[in-house]
Amino acid sequence: MALAVPDDAAIRAARARLPRAFGPGPARRAATLLRWACLAIWLAGALWWFDFSPTRIWNGLSGLATILVLMVPPSPGELWADILQGLAESVAMAFLGTFLAAVVAVPLGFLGARNVVTNLLAHFSLRRVFDGLRGVDQLIWALAYVRAVGLGPLAGVLAIFSADVAVLAKMYAEAIENAERRQVEGVVAAGATRTLAVRFGLLPQVLPVILAQALYAFESNTRSAAILGVVGAGGIGLQIAERIKVRHWDEVAFIILLLVATVAVIDLISGRIRRRFIGARGRT
Amino acid sequence: MSATARPDAIPPRDPAVARVETAFQALRRQRLRAGLAAAAILAAAFIVSAIVSEFYPGRLIEGLPRAGEYFGKLIPDLRWSALLSGPKTEGSIAYWFYRIDQWAWLIFETANMAALGTLMGAVGGFLLCFPAAANLAPNAWVFQSVRRFLELFRTVPEIVYALILVWAFGIGPLPGILAIALHTTGALGKLFAEAVENADMRAWDGVRAVGGTWLMGVRYAIVPQVLPNFLSYVLLRFEVNVRGASIIGFVGAGGIGQEIYQVISQNYYEEIGAIVLLVVLTVAAIDLISERLRLGVIGRT
Repeated sequence: MALAVPDDAAIRAARARLPRAFGPGPARRAATLLRWACLAIWLAGALWWFDFSPTRIWNGLSGLATILVLMVPPSPGELWADILQGLAESVAMAFLGTFLAAVVAVPLGFLGARNVVTNLLAHFSLRRVFDGLRGVDQLIWALAYVRAVGLGPLAGVLAIFSADVAVLAKMYAEAIENAERRQVEGVVAAGATRTLAVRFGLLPQVLPVILAQALYAFESNTRSAAILGVVGAGGIGLQIAERIKVRHWDEVAFIILLLVATVAVIDLISGRIRRRFIGARGRT
Repeated sequence: MSATARPDAIPPRDPAVARVETAFQALRRQRLRAGLAAAAILAAAFIVSAIVSEFYPGRLIEGLPRAGEYFGKLIPDLRWSALLSGPKTEGSIAYWFYRIDQWAWLIFETANMAALGTLMGAVGGFLLCFPAAANLAPNAWVFQSVRRFLELFRTVPEIVYALILVWAFGIGPLPGILAIALHTTGALGKLFAEAVENADMRAWDGVRAVGGTWLMGVRYAIVPQVLPNFLSYVLLRFEVNVRGASIIGFVGAGGIGQEIYQVISQNYYEEIGAIVLLVVLTVAAIDLISERLRLGVIGRT
């Protein structure tokens, strides 16, 4: 059977009959254009406001090039032991803070999920409390804890814990909300109570996500624990900040590379664990 | 077996039942052993890191009340009678937020820094994510090098970039924005690449089978699938970056951070409370809007 080739009249008739089949109408196209125009105007305004002038960029880049040249070759300097101890402290702070936060966040996540706690007011207010704690950055927590419990890694652990409990609880709550409802319904249909439905319908679905999020938080905290030392909360950050202050760029580069290597090792381990418990399909 | 056979028709001493039972018990034992081993490793890691980071119960018991006391001091001295009177009266909200105009401007600047940094980082991450996805990378060498590159970008914290860039570009928001953009490129590049790896490859196969180039495949098979995911990651990252931008001023890179650093290090307790509250409210508002947008983005497709 040969395909009938439609003539212009047929196409025009089809366009009149089914305009949406021929792409978005003029109104939607105008709206899209308007959106892009707004974005462009804001972008131009912001670039002007923050002084992204070509000369400034050029001068900055040449300054950066000087620094990069001075960074080669990276050298550990003379304080090997300090650097290694700082690194160990950072990793330990990250682990402890994440672990405590992940444990505390599980019940909070269930409380914050719309399909577990169906009371809309409770859901809304708990979520806003999470947002509130989330809104305060780790470094602010660290500054405050340094004032409260003194200099040292304990302040860092508490800062990581305080900042991450809310983040993880929110993630967990979202994972629980995204879980398949049918499995819960199946368990309920078999005569289970609410608790049992959560245990056998919901938990097996969200446990891999919970574990993956905790591991991902650990990875990200290893990075952020590296800077808490800038405000005196222990870890490698103090070493970096001090060396930048005295412009020992080669040592800065060495510490940064060491940090990258450490984080890569931790990512590797955490990826292994993730794949083992979640299977190849699991995504973070 | 006929369709009418009932479960109780199975002979009780069928050797298959015993075999299944043994296999099941063996599996259970194996799972139990694996679980115990994991718990032991976790406990060991916990103890070691507690020792390294001086997380001793004694210090904790001693420190936590002091932390509580400190956070208690951040709560302002508000009085009902004067709550709504002018900025000159002690105990009013206006007195507490007596510098609201400056703070609001700084927060607005911070949010714009975050948005610009996120946008730049998203563009960078978008360009780098396709060669960094295992299913699209032209060869292993490109894949590995782009992955390592992204890793370097996201491993170094924003503050460290800001410390270095402030030295190169001078004090102000510009180094802060660039620091955020660099870090965001690494973070989003990885997330984007993972989204691309999870994409359905049948559309890709189709485009390539009719003679599409690599770029066409990306444009017509992968991007339409992953774009909603990308947008939602960008919005999430924007929320993260607003917080990041609010502290990047600690090292002189613009935004509200400079102000926060000053009031905390000079112990202006009530101002700490006021600024942090403002930042939290801003983040919450941005979070609400972005959640709405994200649901829209995911729902539309």
